[in-house]
Amino acid sequence: MIIESNQRPENAVSRTTVEAGDHYIGIVRAGQTLRLLDLEGNQAADTLFFNAHDTAERYSAMDTLREQGEVYLSAGSKLRSNEGRVLLTITADTCGRHDTLGGACASESNTVRYDLEKRHMHSCRDNWMQAIADHPEYGLTKRDITHNINFFMNVPVTEEGGLTFEDGISAPGKYVEMVAEMDVVVLISNCPQLNNPCNGYDPTPIELLIWD
Amino acid sequence: MSTHSGDDARYTTYLPGGHHWSLRLRRGTTLTLTAREADTNVGLLCYNPENLLERLNLPDTLKAQHTFKLTRGHCLYSDMGRIFASIVADDLGWHDSVGGNLMPHHLLAKGWQSVSYQQAHNAWTRTGYDSFLVELAKYGLGRRDMAANLNLFSRVESDAQGRLRYVPGHCQPGASVTLRLEMDTLVILHTCPHPLDPSPDYPHRGVEIALGTAPAPTEDDICYRSRPENARGFANNRLYHLGL
Ligand SMILES: [Zn+2]
Repeated sequence: MIIESNQRPENAVSRTTVEAGDHYIGIVRAGQTLRLLDLEGNQAADTLFFNAHDTAERYSAMDTLREQGEVYLSAGSKLRSNEGRVLLTITADTCGRHDTLGGACASESNTVRYDLEKRHMHSCRDNWMQAIADHPEYGLTKRDITHNINFFMNVPVTEEGGLTFEDGISAPGKYVEMVAEMDVVVLISNCPQLNNPCNGYDPTPIELLIWD
Repeated sequence: MSTHSGDDARYTTYLPGGHHWSLRLRRGTTLTLTAREADTNVGLLCYNPENLLERLNLPDTLKAQHTFKLTRGHCLYSDMGRIFASIVADDLGWHDSVGGNLMPHHLLAKGWQSVSYQQAHNAWTRTGYDSFLVELAKYGLGRRDMAANLNLFSRVESDAQGRLRYVPGHCQPGASVTLRLEMDTLVILHTCPHPLDPSPDYPHRGVEIALGTAPAPTEDDICYRSRPENARGFANNRLYHLGL
């Protein structure tokens, strides 16, 4: 569902550009609004959320999809934890649909999807490993790196149970915005994948904006 | 339809409804699960006993095989690009990858009021979430380690708009599915109901378990051939068993 936001970028308390293939880790406080902005279009932002006060409570794709009864994320989606609580609510979306089934790219899954000799290419899961290694203060380890959201990615499910990877429906300037219902840790890999059309074979920057 | 009917089973047992179990299964073992009743559900997770950080990864499993459902010919992938198990026989045609676990809040919402152990004894109403926690704790694992699980025997389909629907009656008595282990695997199971099961009361539906053995898959194996990705998954297993 397309819903535009009234938030103005000049009022944001924080604006951060995440370069192509780079990563971000930080905290969004309860009541703050987080926007992910696709600056140049067709980018995939692989995202995980954790309860900042108990990181064993984290975003759960299955709890989110089952409880909303729909297989895609958009405005109105409540992003639920593995304990059934709402971490964030999507309040605006100019893209219309985001994937949470397809997971993140990894050097290991690249060997299966493309070629055993592509194991050395850059990947979202390696980005997350770098982020948690650089930031031990969050207490996250590989056990916490799980089933994520792919903002701006389009992965249609068919009625027969197929899963297809379509060209992105995002474009320059499209965004998704969400309000934190509790203090959350945000962990994002701005996908470096070069082997499929999830970012048009051309990874580009995204911007994160936060409003109080 | 089943190619491994359990005739060669080395061990058979029955896991009653609402219960949980974990088994370390060797490469080359088959695990055949057979429903006694309609709408049985079996929650399943896999871990590598040599490195418990390697675990079932449903997103990688789905995207590698371009599928939302799992059935004969599909493989269950770890996060390390390896195949824990392949589905070599299946009467169901669809196993659920999206429904997750029955949670304590579902018991309340469904009116499946939890009953005390003193009243219920072995008919105690447990959740899939707690059942996994109990088994995981036996290996030093906890909440952080609970990956997204498979719900064998259950079907949750999506319509053209993406609306999800649980399909009652999908599993019929006698329906069975066989997994062939492609590497040594710690398998964690529960028989708690699917969280979208509309039964008026908490359903206790158990599953017959038969363990057997299977010859190593060759290049004409249905799981090996079903997708080019699976040939590469089996190649990763081969490297692992070479010691890489
Ligand atoms: Zn990626």
